[in-house]
Amino acid sequence: MKRLYLHLMVCSVLFSPQVAIAESTIYRGATVHTLGPAGTLENATVVVRDGRFAAVGADVELPSAAGSGSSEDRVIDASGKIITPGFFSAMGQLGLTEVSGVDGTVDYYQTGERFSASFDIAEAYNHRSTLIAVNRAGGITRALTAPAPSYWEAGASSQVFSGLAAVVQLGERPDFVAERQAAMVVSLGEAGSAVSGGSRAAAMLALRTGLDDAVDYRRNKGYYERGQRREYSLSMADLEALQPVLAGDTPLLAHVNRASDIEALLKLAAEYRVALIIYGGAEAWMVADALAAARVPVILDSKSNLPSTFDALNARLEAPAILVAAGVAISFGANWQNETYAARNIAQSAGNAVANGLPWMEGLKAITLSPARMYRVDDRYGSIEVGKEADLIVWSADPLELTSNPEQVMIRGELVSLQNRQTLLRDRYMQIDSALPPAWRR
Amino acid sequence: MKFAIIGVGVFVLLLGACAHERPASTNGEPLPYASSYRPLDSVATLLEGATVLTGTGQRLDGADVLMRDGKIFAVGGGLDAGDATSVDASGMWITPGVIDVHSHLGVYASPGVAAHSDGNEMSKPVTAEVWAEHGVWPQDPGFVAALAGGVTSIQILPGSGNLIGGRGVTLKNVPGRDVMDMKFPGAPHGLKMACGENPKSFYGGQGQSPMTRMGNVAGYRAAWIEAADYRDEKAAAEDGTGEAPTRDLKLETLAGVLDGEILVHNHCYRADEMSLMLDVAREFGYRISTFHHAVEAYKIADLLAENDVCAAVWADWWGFKMESYDGIRENAAILDRAGACAVIHSDDEIGIQRLNQEAAKVMGAAAQVDLQIPPERAIQWITRNAAKSLGILEQTGTLEPGKMADVVVWDGNPFSVYTRVERVYIDGALAYDRSDPELNPVSDFSLGTAAISGGAR
Repeated sequence: MKRLYLHLMVCSVLFSPQVAIAESTIYRGATVHTLGPAGTLENATVVVRDGRFAAVGADVELPSAAGSGSSEDRVIDASGKIITPGFFSAMGQLGLTEVSGVDGTVDYYQTGERFSASFDIAEAYNHRSTLIAVNRAGGITRALTAPAPSYWEAGASSQVFSGLAAVVQLGERPDFVAERQAAMVVSLGEAGSAVSGGSRAAAMLALRTGLDDAVDYRRNKGYYERGQRREYSLSMADLEALQPVLAGDTPLLAHVNRASDIEALLKLAAEYRVALIIYGGAEAWMVADALAAARVPVILDSKSNLPSTFDALNARLEAPAILVAAGVAISFGANWQNETYAARNIAQSAGNAVANGLPWMEGLKAITLSPARMYRVDDRYGSIEVGKEADLIVWSADPLELTSNPEQVMIRGELVSLQNRQTLLRDRYMQIDSALPPAWRR
Repeated sequence: MKFAIIGVGVFVLLLGACAHERPASTNGEPLPYASSYRPLDSVATLLEGATVLTGTGQRLDGADVLMRDGKIFAVGGGLDAGDATSVDASGMWITPGVIDVHSHLGVYASPGVAAHSDGNEMSKPVTAEVWAEHGVWPQDPGFVAALAGGVTSIQILPGSGNLIGGRGVTLKNVPGRDVMDMKFPGAPHGLKMACGENPKSFYGGQGQSPMTRMGNVAGYRAAWIEAADYRDEKAAAEDGTGEAPTRDLKLETLAGVLDGEILVHNHCYRADEMSLMLDVAREFGYRISTFHHAVEAYKIADLLAENDVCAAVWADWWGFKMESYDGIRENAAILDRAGACAVIHSDDEIGIQRLNQEAAKVMGAAAQVDLQIPPERAIQWITRNAAKSLGILEQTGTLEPGKMADVVVWDGNPFSVYTRVERVYIDGALAYDRSDPELNPVSDFSLGTAAISGGAR
C-alpha cells in the first residue's frame, strides 16, 4: 500500500513538473537529522516550498492553506520515518564517464600538454549519464565531480595540476552544475612523482612554480600580454585558473597519502595562503593535529587498512575516528575512478568508520554537511535548515545500514524518480513467467 | 558485549604450532608441492548462547557450538561442555568461516608494486602449466587482514589476462613460512579460464590471436583438443597399447580437468558468453564449477541452476568495462531465487575483509522487490556455496558435525555495517581474537607499521 502511494507521488512529479513551484511539500512526524544547529528533531515537521526548506521544527505551524486542506500542498505522513539531508559525494567522476574502459565516454582526464590547471570538467558534465540516476536512487543528491588525479591508470603524461572540479546536483532539472571551480585538483606523492620526472620533489617544484608564475602573472599581466615578461611554466588560461586558488576562494584538492608529503603540503599551503583539502590521506591520521590546526579537511577511504603502496604503509581503519577526534573535518567519496559507479556506497564508508570508533552523527555529517563546507556551498546545502535548497532523503531504517534503501529522494524541493537502467534490467529479468524473450518484456 | 572467558588455557594455544612437516612419499622423501598445513593447536571449546547461522540454511537462536579435536562436534541448545572450555557468546552471532572463491592475495600482494605482480603470465594466451601457488607470497599483509574479516579459506587464482591462466590453489587462511604450509589438505586445484574482453584486448592489442571473441573460443577449443589427445595417449600407454607422451605441464593440467580432478573457474561477465562456455564444456566433456564475475548471471539464472554451475558475483561492481555495464545489485538474490548456487566473491584485498557487507547490500536491494533473503540464507553465499564451488563442502562451509571447525564469532548480526568479527577459529584453533593483541597476527612486511597497533584490521 505504501509502495503504491510513493509510486503515485513520484509519477505526479514526473508528469506535472511545473506544478511544484507554488505548492508546499510537508513531511510530518519524522525523526529529522538536520545536521544544523537544531540537531536531531523527533516527531518533526519539514516544510518545503519553492525548492527550499521553509520551516523545520517540532512545533511548526502549518501554512494555513495546508491546515485547511484546501490547497495543492502535499502533506506526507512520515511518522516512523527518518529524514536526512541528501548525501554529498566528496570526490568522484559522476557525469564524466559511462564505461571507464571505453575511451570515448571518459572525460575525467586529459593528456595534452597545452592546458592543465584550466582543464575545467564542468564543460564535459553529462547530467543524463546512467550513473546519475543509479546513484541518486541511493540517496546521492550532490557530488563533486572532478578531474581524476594522475593515477597510473590515467597515463603518465597527465600533469601535477589535473584541473578544475565542480559541484553538481543530481536532480532532473537545470542548472545541473551548482558550483564551478569548486576545487583545483593536484597530484602529489607517488602519483605526482610519476608525472613530474620521477621525484616528489619535482612535483612540489612544479606546484610551487605554477603558483609563483600565477602570482607574477597577476602582478604583471599588462607586460605579459605585450610580450614583455619572462616565459611561464603554464599557459595563460592555466595562470588565470590559478587566480581564485591564490585568492583562497578555490581550494587545492591534493591527492596525497604519505604523512611526510602532507606535511610538505601544509607548509606550502601556509606559505601561499591557499586553502587545502587532502584526498586519499591514508596516513593523514599521523599528522591529525597539524591538519586540525591548519583547518585542512580530509577525504579518505574508511575501509583502507593495507599498505597498498609505500605511501600508505600506515593505513588503518581507525583513521576517520582519530582525525575527527583531533578536530579534522572528514568526508567520503570515490577512492578511485571506478568507485564512481557505486558513489552511493559513501553511506557504507560512513558506516564502517562508525564501526571503527567514529560517532554516528559524525559519520552522517561526513556525507552531508562536511563536504558542503569543504567546497564552500554550505550556505545552500548540506543540512536541513530554513533557506537552504531542499535536498532530503526519507528512510524507514538507519541510513548508514547496508540493508537500508531511500524511500524518497528530494532534490531542490522535487521528488526525483528512483527508476534507472539497473531497476529496468532487474524488472525485466525478474519476469520469469513471461513467455516472451527478454527484448519484448517491459 | 565482550566475551567472558570461563575456561582457561585459551591464550596459549598458538605456541609451538606451525612445524614445517611435509607428507612423505613411499621412499620417505617429502612429496613435492604437497600441503604441509597443520592446524594450530586447539582445545575443545563450547561457544554458548549465540545466534547461530549454520550454513545449511538454518538459524538457531540461543544455541551452542561445540568444537572438539578441530572438528564441529555438535550444534544446538543446552550442550554439555564436559571438559571443553566454555565461552559466553550471548549477544554474538556464529557462522561458518567465510570463504572467498576469488582472491589474488599473495600473487598480487600489498604493496602493489611491480615486483609483486605474480598473477598473470601473459606471455601466451594458454598457460595452463603455471600454478598460482608458485607465485603466492605468504607475507602479503592481506592474509591477516582477511582473517580479521572472518575469512578462513581462500582460493588464489591466476589473473584473467589469458584464455587459460593456470591452476588456482585453495588455502587455509593461516599464513605460514611458505604457501605449502597454507594449502588446504585435499582441496582440488582450480583452473582459471577467462572469457571476453581481457584476453582478446591484451593479445589483440599485440596483433596476436585472440583478437576477437571468435578467437577466444577457437583458442579454448584448440587447447582442449590437445588435452584430449594427451589424455588418450596416456590412457593407451597405461593399457600397453601405445607409447607414453612426453610429460607436458600444460596438458597435464588440462587433462586433469577432463578427468574431473581439477575444477574449472571461468571468469565470464556476459550471459551469452557463459551460455557459450557451457557449449564448449559439453563439446569436450568437462564441467564448469563456477562462473566468476558473473555480472549478468541473473539473466540466465535458470540455465545456471539446471546445469548446477555456481555463479560468483560482486554486490555492486559495474560499468567499468563494456561487459560489466549490466550489473545490478540484486544479481545474487535472483540466482538464489532460481535455485542456482550463488556466491559472493571479492577479487579484492579490501573487499575480502567484508564479504558479509557485500551480501548485506544484496539483501537490501532484493528487499525492495520483495525478495526477502533472511540471514540464514544469505550467509550461504559466502560459506556453503563457496565451499561447494571449491569442492571442499565435505570438509568445511557449514557447521555440520564432523566438519572442520572453521567458525566466526561476530559481535552482532553479520549483515549490519556496525558488526565486527570478534573471533575466528580455524580447525578448532583460535586464530584471531579482536580484543587480544597476541591473537592479531602481523605479517613480516607490516612489522614496525601501524598494523601493530591495529592497522591491518
